[in-house]
Amino acid sequence: MTDSANMVLMVATVLFALGLVGVLTRKNVVFMLISVEVMLNAAGMAFIAAGSKWQQPDGQVMFLFILAMAAAEVSVGLALVLQIYHQHKTMDVEDLKELKD
Amino acid sequence: MSTLFYISSIVAIASTIMVITRYHPVHALLYLAVSFLSVGMIFLSLGAPFVAALEIIVYAGAIIVLFIFVVMMLNLGQETAQQEKEWLKPKVWVVPSALVLVLLAEMLLLLFTGSQQVMQVSQVDPRKVALSLYGEYIIAVELIGFLLMAGIVGAAHIGKHRKPSLHRFLQNGDTEKEKAMPVREQEVISNEQTVLHD
Repeated sequence: MTDSANMVLMVATVLFALGLVGVLTRKNVVFMLISVEVMLNAAGMAFIAAGSKWQQPDGQVMFLFILAMAAAEVSVGLALVLQIYHQHKTMDVEDLKELKD
Repeated sequence: MSTLFYISSIVAIASTIMVITRYHPVHALLYLAVSFLSVGMIFLSLGAPFVAALEIIVYAGAIIVLFIFVVMMLNLGQETAQQEKEWLKPKVWVVPSALVLVLLAEMLLLLFTGSQQVMQVSQVDPRKVALSLYGEYIIAVELIGFLLMAGIVGAAHIGKHRKPSLHRFLQNGDTEKEKAMPVREQEVISNEQTVLHD
């Protein structure tokens, strides 16, 4: 049991759940982005575990794509955070309700 | 491999718990860096040294630096931590945590009911990764290039400060508030009049 791939998947699941708790409980936009990063990292770890179990390079290739996607996402997200702070002077997501009816 | 994996996974989980419970943004970012480093250690123990190096370079290097720049520009400090402390009352985080805990228990049950065989860890070297990446996945590499380009252009466009334009033609109807304002009456000077005056 000690070295099975399920242990790696378990660690990835726990990290993903922690990131999900962070997204659900925080109200600050910066902390929510940090939690999204944690979740993406955990998903990448599951890919690495699968690639290591089947000894194929495809898992690492998928992790590279997740990495590039996370970099693009965090750059756009942080630009949005800057713009939100300049327009509303707050970081609270509950104050952003222009799109509400 | 085994002890390395267990130690680094314990460090990763503990530092991630610290990330989502900190009030001060900079403390959360420091624990996030520790979490990324330990995840890189897990990748090394799983026989993926190239990805471990990339994890440290890109995540713990570039992305953390981006976050720190934003924290620095927005001047998030002690009052942000105070506000976070007010927002994170127990009645706020108990219910989401319980729901996510149920989901986590389901997933772990699913993981540990199947057959478990010992995983042989063998190193997948960067040469195989590169041959696969630029062989069968070449179209995905080009698409991810498009995605990064779109991300750069989008971030540059969103993050741009919109200056109030001084010209009266551009001022009219830029935002809703300015549209509502009455436009100053301009005296019309046509070409014929100027010709007559001359």
